[in-house]
Amino acid sequence: MLINRIIKILFFALLVKPVVLILLGLNVRGRPNLPDKGPAILVANHNSHLDTLVLMSLYPLSQIHRIRPVAAADYFLQKGGFLAWLALTCIGIIPMDRSGSADRDSLFKGCHEALDNDQILILFPEGSRGQPEQMSKIKKGVFYVLKERPDTKVIPVMLHGLGRALPRNEALFVPFNCDVIIGEEIPMTEKSPAFVAAIAAAFEQLSEYCITQNQL
Amino acid sequence: MFNIPSQASYAMLAVLGLLVIASGILVALQWRRPNTDYTELRQRTLSWWWMIAIIFSVLILGQNIAIIFFGFLSFLALKEFLSIVPTRHCDRRVIFWAYLSIPLQYYWVSMGWYGMFIIFIPVYIFLLLPMRMVLLGEVKGFIHSAGILHWATMLTVFCISHIAYLLVLPVQNPAAGFIGPVLFLLFMTQFNDVCQYFWGKLLGKRKIIPKVSPNKTWEGFIGGLLTVTLCSALLAPLLTPLSIGEGMIAGALISASGFIGDVVISSVKRDLEIKDCGNLIPGHGGILDRMDSLIYTAPLFFHFLYYSHY
Repeated sequence: MLINRIIKILFFALLVKPVVLILLGLNVRGRPNLPDKGPAILVANHNSHLDTLVLMSLYPLSQIHRIRPVAAADYFLQKGGFLAWLALTCIGIIPMDRSGSADRDSLFKGCHEALDNDQILILFPEGSRGQPEQMSKIKKGVFYVLKERPDTKVIPVMLHGLGRALPRNEALFVPFNCDVIIGEEIPMTEKSPAFVAAIAAAFEQLSEYCITQNQL
Repeated sequence: MFNIPSQASYAMLAVLGLLVIASGILVALQWRRPNTDYTELRQRTLSWWWMIAIIFSVLILGQNIAIIFFGFLSFLALKEFLSIVPTRHCDRRVIFWAYLSIPLQYYWVSMGWYGMFIIFIPVYIFLLLPMRMVLLGEVKGFIHSAGILHWATMLTVFCISHIAYLLVLPVQNPAAGFIGPVLFLLFMTQFNDVCQYFWGKLLGKRKIIPKVSPNKTWEGFIGGLLTVTLCSALLAPLLTPLSIGEGMIAGALISASGFIGDVVISSVKRDLEIKDCGNLIPGHGGILDRMDSLIYTAPLFFHFLYYSHY
């Protein structure tokens, strides 16, 4: 799939990176915590379509093909056409069935395959883009992925300000700097509630380093 | 090919010389004290090389490229300012219009339309932004947002565009060309920051405004003022149309206003409880952390020059 890799590199070199670096602008903190090789999962809060693109743009073009966002199959693939092509070819998502009909094994199959190939997953444990800059309830998916693959590193990333640049259900993009705070690895726990709590606590702690504001 | 006037090119070479000396001192320091961590100083110096390389390049490439560059700086500064201050979510639509003022303001600069350049932000944008805000229909926090937006566009678009207008003023000192006055302003402003820091470290005792900036002292301020006034008297006749006497006034003006710009942006950061406005420039912080003094010196130096010679 050399051609797909080239398309992905061009997409990021010509479109995503210039937009992220010039029209947005990132205040990156904790860059040494960013895993440079898999198996690893970046868990981030989710407010905007830009979240995925910002996280992927932290990596050099030579590594872009190894970064795989986990994304809702119903949203990106159901209608097919351009959006599906963009999601699968340019971004390289791992589709996730949110309908609830799939059993757990088939649900996470794509994630496990990617981790087996030492790839880095991007996962938004809130499940969907919430209201701008507000955390929604964290789901347990990461815990189940990790249970099968205990060697996987889980790194929390706090994003702030992107919900203002391009919020949900808005087409107007407005330039703003945004914070990207990368935390330290979250250790595995025995039960899922403790793990979810650890992720929530990590986001809470990382948000203290944010310098952008939007609340009045 | 590029045809840089002689005195402007000497000035650029002198700045590069200073940078070489500074880098040399840094290398020597690290060599003599291998266990001390000079990472931040190294980052700062390296960033200076980048900043000076970029600014000299755009100045050499001509007025229009330089005007576009300063417009881009305004964009970065406005974006940074509006990212760190609190605004309402619905204000993003008004902020979009505030950004559109940048290409227009710099277009007036490029065509040398002084009348429009000088009133566009304080009159037209000033009146337009609240009008656009009314259309949002959200009145809660209206005054606060209007205040923030006006101050932001004045500081980052209006004030910074004065640097660009220096480039289109008719050249009165042919040996310095259109680059001379800009070089003079940029160099004197940064040199003033260095001098105030240096004299403050050397003699500093009496604090000026401990609540805002605990490291600022009267000794640093006055030492900087005297040094910059003196150097300005020597350099102004070489790089600008100003005489020796006028150069002294310009130097004192730059020194005093540079100090104010510095502490104004410091107060903004104190209010928001942040240390830096961003991390665009390694070792320096954000673009506003670097341009804080310049925001004040640019319009004041410009209008002194404009009043006395145009």
